[in-house]
Amino acid sequence: MTAPLLAVDGLRVEFNTRRGTLVALDGVSFDIAPGEVLGVVGESGAGKSITGNAIIGLIEPPGRIAAGEVRLEGERIDRLPAEKMRRIRGRRIGAIFQDPLTSLNPLYTIGEQLVETIRTHLPLDAHAARARAIELLGEVGIPAPERRIDHYPHQFSGGMRQRVVIALALCANPRLVIADEPTTALDVSIQAQIITLLKRLCREHGTAVMLVTHDMGVIAETADRVAVMYAGRIVEIGPVQAVIHDPQHPYTAGLMGSIPAVGQETERLPQIEGSMPRLDAIPAGCPFNPRCPRVFDRCRVERPELLAANRSRAACWLHAPERAAPAAAPGWSEGAVHG
Amino acid sequence: MADVAGPSPEAEGAKPLLEVRDLVRDFDVSPPWLNRFVERAPRQVLRAVDGVSFAIERGDTLALVGESGCGKSTVARLICGLYEPTSGAVLFDGVDLATIARRTDMLTMRRRFQMIFQDPYASLNPRWRVKDIVAEPIRSHGLAKDAASLREQVARLLTQVGLAERDGDKYPHEFSGGQRQRVSIARALSSNPEFLVCDEPTSALDVSVQAQILNLMKDLQRQHGLTYLFISHNLAVVSHIANAVGVMYLGRIVEIAATRTLFGRPLHPYTRMLQSAIPDITMSGKPRTPVAGEVPNPLDPPSGCAFNPRCPHAREKCRVERPPLAPFDGAHVACHGIHEGWVPIRVAAAAA
Repeated sequence: MTAPLLAVDGLRVEFNTRRGTLVALDGVSFDIAPGEVLGVVGESGAGKSITGNAIIGLIEPPGRIAAGEVRLEGERIDRLPAEKMRRIRGRRIGAIFQDPLTSLNPLYTIGEQLVETIRTHLPLDAHAARARAIELLGEVGIPAPERRIDHYPHQFSGGMRQRVVIALALCANPRLVIADEPTTALDVSIQAQIITLLKRLCREHGTAVMLVTHDMGVIAETADRVAVMYAGRIVEIGPVQAVIHDPQHPYTAGLMGSIPAVGQETERLPQIEGSMPRLDAIPAGCPFNPRCPRVFDRCRVERPELLAANRSRAACWLHAPERAAPAAAPGWSEGAVHG
Repeated sequence: MADVAGPSPEAEGAKPLLEVRDLVRDFDVSPPWLNRFVERAPRQVLRAVDGVSFAIERGDTLALVGESGCGKSTVARLICGLYEPTSGAVLFDGVDLATIARRTDMLTMRRRFQMIFQDPYASLNPRWRVKDIVAEPIRSHGLAKDAASLREQVARLLTQVGLAERDGDKYPHEFSGGQRQRVSIARALSSNPEFLVCDEPTSALDVSVQAQILNLMKDLQRQHGLTYLFISHNLAVVSHIANAVGVMYLGRIVEIAATRTLFGRPLHPYTRMLQSAIPDITMSGKPRTPVAGEVPNPLDPPSGCAFNPRCPHAREKCRVERPPLAPFDGAHVACHGIHEGWVPIRVAAAAA
C-alpha cells in the first residue's frame, strides 16, 4: 500500500463553553490516498465540516484540537504556527466551500483574486499568472475566459461562481482539495455539471478530494470511499459501493433507507425515530444506541471502535469478533421502527 | 387518478378543490425613480408566473417542481393571497377568491387553507411559546369556545404531529429543525383546513428528518383527507409524495401529468434533463447525461419556447413560436417536438 497523502489519527476537537466542554469530534481517524476521493457524509451537526476545518487549521476559538494528529505526506500539520499553515492552505490543500458568493471578494475582479492567489503560491510574474488564470478559467468551463477574467463576482451566476471557486482552489495545483458541500447551494442541473467538472479536474491533476456533503447521491457519483459520521464520530467507513448497497452500521442502513428515490413506490419511507443527540448530551457507549433498533446491553456502556465488517469497517458491537455475527447486514424493516 | 392534473378539469365528476386559471404575476424590478429619470432607463417588469393553470382534486397532492427562479414559490404565494395576481384567477371550491368582497367571507375562506414554509427557523416567532404559536389560528378564527377547549385542541395537535403536550411550554429555539417543522405543521392544521400549500417543507432538513416529516404529512393527509400543493426542487421527494407533478420553467408549466406517467415517460426535454440530473445512488461511479447551460435571465427570456437555447432538439419553430400546453397521451406538455413527433419518446427503465 502506498503511503497515505493525508492521515488523520484520533482527532478530537473540543469547544470550551461556559456550560462545560463540548466534544465536537471524538477519535476521528481516516486516511486519504493520493488521487483518491473520500466522501464524508452525515447530518447537520455530525462533525463533517469541523473535520475539514480541523485539517486545514481553521478551527476558531473557543474550539481547539484537543488530541490526535493530522499528517500531510507524513508531515504533522496540526501544530503548525499560523503563518506556516497559511502557506499549506492553497498551495498543498485547496478548499471549496458551500456558498460561492461568500468565498469570493465582491470588491475585486475574479482575475485579481486568481492572480493574487497564484502569485502567493507559485513563483510567477504578473503576466504569467494572468495567463495561468485565463487557462484555469477555461479549464473549469467558463466561456470567453479572456473577457470574463475582468468581471466581478456578482456578474456571474451561482454555477459560474462555483466554477471560479474551483479554479481558485486548484490554481496552485494542490495535492488535496477539501470540498465542503460544494453543490448544496446549486440547482440540480448545475449541481450535475459541477460534480462532473470536479471529478474530471481531479482525475486529470491527480488531486485527492475530501468531499463533505449531506447528499448521498453526490457521494455515490463521485467518491471512491465514504466515511459516515454521527455525533462527532465515524460510524462506518468503506468503499462507496459497499457502504451504499450493504451498510454495516444500523445508522447507515437507516440513513440509506430514508432517502426517497424516483420510481420507488413505497407508501412510507423507513425512518429513524428521534434525532441526533446534542453535543452536550451524547449518550454513553455507542452514541446511536437510544435510536438503534438492534441495541443490546453492551452498546449502552462500552463505546465501539471501528471493527472490520464485510468490506467496510463499522463502529458497532454487532460486528464484534466474539459475536461472530451472521453475515446478514443490520436491516431496517419497511415502515417505522418505534422505540 | 391520472387525470387529476391538466388545465381543463371540467372533464366529469366533482369540482376540483383548487383550480388556478391562467395565473400571471409581474414584479416591477425597475431601478428607483431618480435613476430612471437620470439614466432614461425604462421600467422593467419581471414576469415570474406566466399563464399557469392547473387543478387539484380533493384528497390529492399536486407537486410543482423546477429550479430556482422558475416561479413555483410565487404560485404558492399567489394561491395563499400573499401576492395579488396580475391577471388570472384562483378558485377554491369553485369560488373565485378575487370576487370575495366581504372581509368575514374571506376569513372563512382563509381558514380552509393554510401554508407551510421552507424555513422552520424563520417562520416561527422566537418570542412565543409553541402552545401560543399553535393556538393563534384557533383564536383568530374563533374555533375554541373557552380556554379549556383551546388547551385541549393545542395538546391534541401537538400529539398529532409527534410532539409531547409539555413541548407546548417551550420556545422554538429549544427544538431541532425537524421538530420546528412539526410545530409549523401543527399550526397549519390548527384551523382545521382542507388544503395545505407546502413550500419546500423539507428542503432545510436532513434526510432522516425529511423522511419523518414526509411520513407525517402522508399520515395526516390520510387521516384528515387533506389536499396538498407541494412545492419542491427535489424530484425524488416529489415522486414519493405527489399523485401529479407539474414541471415549471421560467414561469410556465412545461409538462404536467400523473406522477407515474411523468417519471415513467418524461416527455418535455426539460423534464428529461431534470431527471437525468438527479444523482443516482444505485449507479455508483457511472457518468450521467451531461446537462448543458443554465436558466436564462427571466428579465430577458428567450423568444419562442423558453427552453430552446438549452434544448438538444430545438428547431427554428421553437425559437419563434411559443408552444402551448396541450394534451398528449395522458399528459399535458408544451413542446412542439413532442406534438409534431420529432422528439423521440423514451420510456424510463426505472419505473415500469
